[in-house]
Amino acid sequence: MYDIIIIGAGPSGLTACIYSCLANKKVLVLEKETYGGQILKTNKVRNYPGFENISGYDFATNLYNQAKNLGPDIKFEEVLRINNGEIKKVITKNNTYEAKAIIIASGSTTRKLPIAGIEKFDGKGISYCATCDGNFYKGKDVAVVGGGNTAIDEALYLSDICNKVYIVYRRKEFSFNSINLEKLKERKNVSFILNSNVVSVNGEDKLESIIAEDVDTKEKTTLEINGLFVAIGSVPVSDICNDIIDTNESGYIKASEDCKTNIDGIFVCGDIREKQVRQLTTACSDGTTASINACKYIATKK
Amino acid sequence: MEYIKNNFDKIVTNYNGKCIVDFYTDWCGPCKLFSKVFEEVEELKKDIKFFKVNTDSNRSTAQKLGIMSIPTIILFENGKEIKRNIGFMSKENLIDFIGD
Repeated sequence: MYDIIIIGAGPSGLTACIYSCLANKKVLVLEKETYGGQILKTNKVRNYPGFENISGYDFATNLYNQAKNLGPDIKFEEVLRINNGEIKKVITKNNTYEAKAIIIASGSTTRKLPIAGIEKFDGKGISYCATCDGNFYKGKDVAVVGGGNTAIDEALYLSDICNKVYIVYRRKEFSFNSINLEKLKERKNVSFILNSNVVSVNGEDKLESIIAEDVDTKEKTTLEINGLFVAIGSVPVSDICNDIIDTNESGYIKASEDCKTNIDGIFVCGDIREKQVRQLTTACSDGTTASINACKYIATKK
Repeated sequence: MEYIKNNFDKIVTNYNGKCIVDFYTDWCGPCKLFSKVFEEVEELKKDIKFFKVNTDSNRSTAQKLGIMSIPTIILFENGKEIKRNIGFMSKENLIDFIGD
């Protein structure tokens, strides 16, 4: 039996792993795909204290190696469900693992545009990762849909590669200011189409155009583009536990800053937790809190 | 593992039997992680040939195959595409993808 099972090997799960191993706990990390989570797709991380400029891949790999070298078991298996009890069980396709405490760090995944038939263009003009796919659109016209930090960073990255970059955002103005947003506004090959939604994606074998519709006037604008980069936020991956753990209407797990869920001994950290700010730093902060509170919980059971 | 630098058509299209190709670039994080999975599965599947193609230096091949997102993995049989997957795959999923 393990002391702590951590579900997810993104920044919050791996931070929880580091703290738990350093507290001399027997730890298992279960990850369905690969380590790193969403940060893996980030070109440059410039807001993590202590690192002036590091790629998302390098950050994730350093973090993974740091955690792995502390001796936990790390298995790449998809968790199907969690069973509560004095001894908690985590069920994967081929195995059942037992632990005194569980930390859920299953994160979130990119939100898809709610347009019928859009999956037809996945990998054929629609992308969710500018750093991965940007070079396929060298010298071409593209659009980014979204208005958060990720959308702005992706648009800036693409503006160095592409002929033209449109940014389609549903609000009239951005809710924040950043160095990258200021840089983007100065780029001559960037156009902002604000107060608009993407309502249609069109093409034969691959994406050829999109239609943006003004929220108020309903006026439609056709943009002839080769690529559409979607950055409209994320959706939580909480279906493994939402039968026993309280989630909010969007599917995020309810827990305050102490990372405690409605079930004793089950903790939550990172993007999957209901909270205001989802950043790399806050994910790691959550991982720290969840681990420390899981260790305290285990101590009370002795 | 064989890296195809050019002559994709000659090597893959004329390949007799099953082969699998990982299309990647050096600057894509998910590609780097998938590379490790690809290498691990190669050790387990000795009956199938594993190739890698860098889409940066083989742009025309990527274009011809309609690859616009990486990593893309394509399974060929006797030179013909059987199926493809776009995005990272776990070891288990890659084994399932290849089949028997």
